[in-house]
Amino acid sequence: MRAFYRVLYSDVLLAWRQGSISLVVAFLFIALTLVPFGVGPELALLKRLAPGLLWVVIVLALLLSLDRLFQSDAEDGGFDQLMLSAQPLELLVLAKLIAHYISLIIPLSLVLPLAGFLVNIDIKALWPLILSVLVAGPALCALGAIGSALSVSVRRAGLLTALIVMPLYVPVLLFGANATQTALLGNGTIAFDAIAILAAMSVAAILLAPVAISAALRGLSE
Amino acid sequence: MDSETQAGLNVHQLGIRRGDSMIISNLSFEAPRETALMVSGPNGVGKTSLLRALAGLLTCETGHAMLGNDALETHMLHYVGHREGLKSQLTVMENLNFLFDLLAEPNAKLPDIDALLHYIGLFNKRHQMVSDLSAGQKRRAAFSRLFMVPRRLWLLDEPYTALDRSGRDWLSGAVRAHCKTGGIVIAASHEPLDFSSQNLVLEVLV
Repeated sequence: MRAFYRVLYSDVLLAWRQGSISLVVAFLFIALTLVPFGVGPELALLKRLAPGLLWVVIVLALLLSLDRLFQSDAEDGGFDQLMLSAQPLELLVLAKLIAHYISLIIPLSLVLPLAGFLVNIDIKALWPLILSVLVAGPALCALGAIGSALSVSVRRAGLLTALIVMPLYVPVLLFGANATQTALLGNGTIAFDAIAILAAMSVAAILLAPVAISAALRGLSE
Repeated sequence: MDSETQAGLNVHQLGIRRGDSMIISNLSFEAPRETALMVSGPNGVGKTSLLRALAGLLTCETGHAMLGNDALETHMLHYVGHREGLKSQLTVMENLNFLFDLLAEPNAKLPDIDALLHYIGLFNKRHQMVSDLSAGQKRRAAFSRLFMVPRRLWLLDEPYTALDRSGRDWLSGAVRAHCKTGGIVIAASHEPLDFSSQNLVLEVLV
């Protein structure tokens, strides 16, 4: 387990030092600032759109972060060492996924109350939104990482990764937005059925993705 | 010494495909214990591929490698390639700890890191980011894993790259010491290596 914790710790530390956390948070704010310019400053309209908008922007912010997930390991030879470890690659990939969750999803959820104000989010929908992002986070990280692993041998793979991952994100986005819309329309009741489905997706993704990612990464060195 | 540490490396009928063509086929060789084998040959002949295949980073078309009576597995060997496998945004210390935790057996004890840093000549740089090191210093840091985690087979790709005269002497001494304890070293290089005791010349397949 020592290798597992070390990979987890180092990846969080690297994300912090490389500033990818602040970049993604900045992207979230910039994208949301643009929305009122596009759809007009009508508060009622924004309130209606806010939860869905926030979900879409979070997904886009995550997509931006994906191409760095495995790229640096491929460039500096880190993968070779991961594969030479005494531990199974799947376990180490799982550590990298958890590190990605900690260094991206959690900071994003923390700034959501502030970011929500930019699009006049209803306070009733705020907590269901944060809850659904936190619950869906593992699925978002794991599915995104599959796309990132598949395209790691391609230079400037950002757009390719997005193309691979976007369809995989649709179900998560559907249920995530559903959970927040229900709260918005139903006076703040949390749609636990949608949250439960998100949780199921997360569990399935976090368990199966490391196997798929490891297979993709092993094929990479061929 | 038990038979485990007596045994040498035996490579049998190895074949490696790169794209559409085989770059290495039917390669068999033996490296008894206490051997430092130097692999040479022209560019593109498959030196790096051979090392990566032995390390299990590349799948072989045919053949297999045995260390003694066991099939060669990744936890028996070190591979130091062109890319050092160091994180440029971590300090030397953090990188050493990272490599140790990654490569060591779960219950292994951390060696004396300060002594190791003196040995690789980076004690004064231990709190610097790897991105601030020179190429030769990065190589030294990359070689640290050889001494932190004992493994019998060392696979070194162009080990002299970027090392100065004293660095080369230092590495040669380390390789000789490793061989004395029953280890095996396979190094790919274009230039003569001070420590090599056997040679394997690869030839271009037509």
